[in-house]
Amino acid sequence: MRKIMVGVKRVVDYNVRVRVKPDNSGVVLDGVKMSVNPFDEIALEEALRIRERGEAGEIVAVCIGPDDAQQQLRTALAMGADRAILVKHDGLLEPITVARALKAVADRESPEIIILGKQAIDDDNSQATQMLAALLDRPQVTCASKVEIKGQTLVVTREVDAGLETLEVDLPAVISADLRLNEPRYVKLPDIMKAKKKPLDVIEFASLGLADPGQLKITHYEPPKARAKGIMVKDVAELLAALKTKGLVS
Amino acid sequence: MTQILIVAEHDGTKLNPSTARCVTAARQVPDAKVTVAVLAAAPEAIAAEAASLAGVDAVLTVAHPANAQPLAAVLAPQIVALAADYSHVFGPSTSFGKDVMPRVAALLGVSQISDLMAVDGSHQFKRPIYAGNAIVTVVATAGQKVVATVRTASFDAAGPGGSAPVTAASPNVALPTHTRFVSKAEAKSDRPDLQTAAKVVSGGRALASAENFKLVFGLAEKMGAAVGASRAAVDAGYAPNELQVGQTGKIIAPQLYLAIGISGAIQHLTGIKDAKTIVAINKDAEAPIFEVADIGLVGDLFQVVPELEKLLG
Repeated sequence: MRKIMVGVKRVVDYNVRVRVKPDNSGVVLDGVKMSVNPFDEIALEEALRIRERGEAGEIVAVCIGPDDAQQQLRTALAMGADRAILVKHDGLLEPITVARALKAVADRESPEIIILGKQAIDDDNSQATQMLAALLDRPQVTCASKVEIKGQTLVVTREVDAGLETLEVDLPAVISADLRLNEPRYVKLPDIMKAKKKPLDVIEFASLGLADPGQLKITHYEPPKARAKGIMVKDVAELLAALKTKGLVS
Repeated sequence: MTQILIVAEHDGTKLNPSTARCVTAARQVPDAKVTVAVLAAAPEAIAAEAASLAGVDAVLTVAHPANAQPLAAVLAPQIVALAADYSHVFGPSTSFGKDVMPRVAALLGVSQISDLMAVDGSHQFKRPIYAGNAIVTVVATAGQKVVATVRTASFDAAGPGGSAPVTAASPNVALPTHTRFVSKAEAKSDRPDLQTAAKVVSGGRALASAENFKLVFGLAEKMGAAVGASRAAVDAGYAPNELQVGQTGKIIAPQLYLAIGISGAIQHLTGIKDAKTIVAINKDAEAPIFEVADIGLVGDLFQVVPELEKLLG
């Protein structure tokens, strides 16, 4: 039965308003709530639904990140993943390094389908899926909004700027989940208890024998430029007058 | 000299305006020679458009039937072969560029600089993270290729006036057959394109139904504006996905952004903060959209919008 590998990233929760440190050396992460990247939850949910349709067997959740990311992998296990693998790495990771680590895990696990979130909401890079597919020399379908398995192929509809595009790809393949692929399930308390007994392997990043080239260096963090304070108008006539003053309506 | 290769975005017949914005970004790199690569089934007309952009020094075409649709897995090895002669490879941060460029970067063995929003030097750039809550300065290692997607809202489009030579190239690479185009469903509309429109009228959750969302379309039509939507409105099915504006949708920079019934989640605001003028209509005076609005009106959209449409004549 085909195996599905799902990427899980530990990120600052989407409700947190992230602030730059006063010395411009980074963003404030102390005591901030951390969660599973929302797009990765959608990726995992899709894997679970594929299995529930009888079209997949084992689901393996994989994270490249710090030891604390075990919390997010436990959430993935509570959602329904069968086992989890943490490739332990502290500090900032570049997309190419993440992709290389995921490839190393994929080489061991040989999944037929790999699903990641379309982007992580911390660094907003949106690179891991495409890079992993490139390194594996396999098809990629990014921003998936519908996934169907047809024999040894996937038929995937993806969200693009102009609307929707449908591709057919041979398995194994790597896909990334967009917002409207599904709505992830809520985790129930008994599932959290069960998840504690599921296997979670920790692999040291160094043991993968990968180069960590550190090709891009972040040298400075700054807050975005604030917009100038606006005005409030009391009715539609005033609004229209203000728009006319700016030459925005005739 | 810095040699920059820009991967052109097109629909098979016409150049996408995002490419002209990449040209402007590339021109800001000191001492750069800017080449645009057009990979298509029949690239000639698209290449002629690219060659006429001010600031383009050369255009390369790769004509191949496999390039009829923009499949990342098919395009990437060809772009990598072309990239041998270049220090930088740029593409637009659109659904096209976001799909293909990281695949190019991985094959070149480097990370990509996503959503490049400012050029500080040949190997130093700025980009947003955390939905634009922080801007980082990224320094790329000298001697390694720089691969970047250009945040199109941060750069004006290069104008006409160029006359670059067009050269045909034929990279000798094997193209995969594991990825096949099936179909596309594009919304056909006479309205201006959301990503390039000067004016955008955008609706949110408060519209409360697809039927009510027609109010947004009506006002947009009256104003000659494109239509946008918040994630909430798209998720609820009031508007199609290609209208979504924000961190995970489109990043836009119109002259006027008129937000109707949009509360203004940070993920939405990141998509509009380069708009010249933001107008917000919302019945909740505490809505965060008013923190970024240049003109705010607290009111019931179901009264305000029809009245506005009427007064516009």
